[in-house]
Amino acid sequence: MRYPFPVGTVDFIQGDEAIARAAILAGCRFYAGYPITPASEIFEAMSIYMPLVDGVSIQMEDEIGSIAAVVGASWAGAKSMTATSGPGFSLMMENLGYAIMTETPLVLVNVQRSGPSTGQPTLAAQGDLMQAIWGTHGDHSLIVLAPATVQEAFDMTIKAFNLAEKYRTPVILLTDAEVGHMRERVYAPHPDELELIYRKLPANEEEAKYPFGDIHGDLVPPMPVFGKGHHTYVTGLTHDEKGRPKTVESEIHEKLLKRIVEKIEKNKKDIVDYEGYGLEDAEIVIIGFGIVTRSAMRAVKELRKKGIKAGLLKLNVLWPFDFELIERIAEKAGKIYVVEMNLGQLYHMVKEGANGKVPVELIPKIGGEIHTPKEIIERIKDNLR
Amino acid sequence: MAKEIYTKYKMAKYLRKEALPTALCPGCGGGTVLNAFANAIDQLGIDPRDLVVVSGIGCSAWIASPYFLADTLHTTHGRAIAYATGVKVGLPDKKVVVISGDGDLAGIGGNHLIHAARRNIDITVILVNNFIYGMTGGQVAPTTPFGAITTTSPYRNVEHPLNIAETVTSAGASYVARWTTFHVYQLIESIKRALSVKGFALVEAISQCPVQFGRRNRMKTPTEMLRWFQRNSVLISKARNMSPNELEGKIVVGELVNREKPEFTEELNSLIEEVSKHYGLGDNNAD
Ligand SMILES: Cc1ncc(C[n+]2csc(CCOP(=O)(O)OP(=O)(O)O)c2C)c(N)n1
Ligand code: SF4
Ligand SMILES: [Mg+2]
Repeated sequence: MRYPFPVGTVDFIQGDEAIARAAILAGCRFYAGYPITPASEIFEAMSIYMPLVDGVSIQMEDEIGSIAAVVGASWAGAKSMTATSGPGFSLMMENLGYAIMTETPLVLVNVQRSGPSTGQPTLAAQGDLMQAIWGTHGDHSLIVLAPATVQEAFDMTIKAFNLAEKYRTPVILLTDAEVGHMRERVYAPHPDELELIYRKLPANEEEAKYPFGDIHGDLVPPMPVFGKGHHTYVTGLTHDEKGRPKTVESEIHEKLLKRIVEKIEKNKKDIVDYEGYGLEDAEIVIIGFGIVTRSAMRAVKELRKKGIKAGLLKLNVLWPFDFELIERIAEKAGKIYVVEMNLGQLYHMVKEGANGKVPVELIPKIGGEIHTPKEIIERIKDNLR
Repeated sequence: MAKEIYTKYKMAKYLRKEALPTALCPGCGGGTVLNAFANAIDQLGIDPRDLVVVSGIGCSAWIASPYFLADTLHTTHGRAIAYATGVKVGLPDKKVVVISGDGDLAGIGGNHLIHAARRNIDITVILVNNFIYGMTGGQVAPTTPFGAITTTSPYRNVEHPLNIAETVTSAGASYVARWTTFHVYQLIESIKRALSVKGFALVEAISQCPVQFGRRNRMKTPTEMLRWFQRNSVLISKARNMSPNELEGKIVVGELVNREKPEFTEELNSLIEEVSKHYGLGDNNAD
């Protein structure tokens, strides 16, 4: 198989472009989208690449339709993706819930811009964190990944597809305008270096009868995709193991939802990923995700030069959330700072994880600019004075 | 009695038996549409394994799922056609059918309907128009006749109904027909044609909801509603020579359009061929 971009080598590309290339390497062959800044470049790259790899990229009439088509294509058997930003992300919420309820693997990229509403279309923000995790109604779980560099955008896109297929769930790649539009050096692995995961299909007709039953004891049912004569019944209504709607039986609802939540929660170890710097002896720990951790890293290094024992925890996975990790850090640190490009979202999860063991302080910033290392340093030093 | 139905009703083999009896009210037109669809599938000799049936939310959506025995995708309110678009692109060799209500497909989902027709994607849509939001208790719909009584237009409806079949014709569909549940044979024939045409096909099935619509509009029984369909329907050939005044309140039935046009998934596939021919991948990789 040949690719319409260099593989097994480095290139100098935008984050959005990296996501498109990585998706194709991960085996994505269906993309549906609707134009929106700062995610359009993913769509435009997909439009060029897809026909060259026997795939399809189509423009729908809105983002509701985009994610709907992606769910449909996933049930048709294709690895599928869509990408958007704030306003479109909001429109996708209902069908994202449908994907969770029907356990449909898909990747949804949100190149965050600042909101609410149309907000600042070209500027980065991290204001959609809570929406990514909790935006659709009802109890649920899903997976949220957050890249800080163009290389991570590339690698995490591949990871997003693998996790989506492995756990039969939507995965959100929560990036932002800064990572999306920035150009950096990226190593695109050769396909032979990649370990790709494909959804588990039913081994026989008997297994196909239980598209929503934990028949393997791993909480993830095999997926009887359409077109194979299984007569699969898929509904967003509460359903039993066979997919039949059961809308008033509380035990069935509880059983279904608990499995959907537990298949993510119980595999936290496999899914969660983070990077620590200086955490061994850090008295002050900065916690963050995405682009702003690059400023935070610089701040930590500067603080250390000044003799302040600072450390950084960069979260690569935001859901499932590793509350225990935060608690372990809180047990050792003297103070935790949360840096984020919003008015406090990750902050609340960190506070919950820290469990009162250590003061947690928010260093927020909105308006489209990333915190400078200096801003972070000054805030921390002010407190030390 | 149920067993008898399974042996005597030939179309029962196309239904999910565990989902029967249906939850539709006695006398609901939905059963007629389900029957017409099953007969069309049967007469065309389509193997249900080659079918994917997609629906939205509403009483009419249940015709497809859970009642029909095929791969079925029961989606969110209004979005069935968008979901079906992904299914059809992923499985271009399968017959993809959408069955849903007027509120679902022409109200909240109207934009998907128009744009799927414009794309001329090979999906057959059976739109069950009962002039009302049936499932939610009889609220006014974009199809409710002017002046009709509903639970959210309790004095009278001051809006004008959308002419769905004409809208979809203008949007570019390959095939559009409208019949009522009174015209069962014609309905079956049109569904058969819709399934055979390459391109977007809409069959608007005017259907009775005696419980939520008829009851409040001086047609308490299903029979009264069917009689209304019978008396009020005008064949399209005749309607062409009638003035707008004469057509006021009439149901124009028949085939609105049946035309050949390039189809979306075929175009996508020929695009892939063209692109790989002209821009095919040379030795540009580092491998
Ligand atoms: C987003 C959303 N809004 C509202 C509803 C509630 N709802 C369920 S069915 C329905 C109306 C269905 O009307 P129609 O499509 O005409 O079907 P009918 O029941 O008349 O066959 C509505 C509004 C919903 N399920 N989802
Ligand atoms: S409410 Fe109306 S549309 Fe719904 S099942 Fe009853 S008669 Fe049919
Ligand atoms: Mg209706």
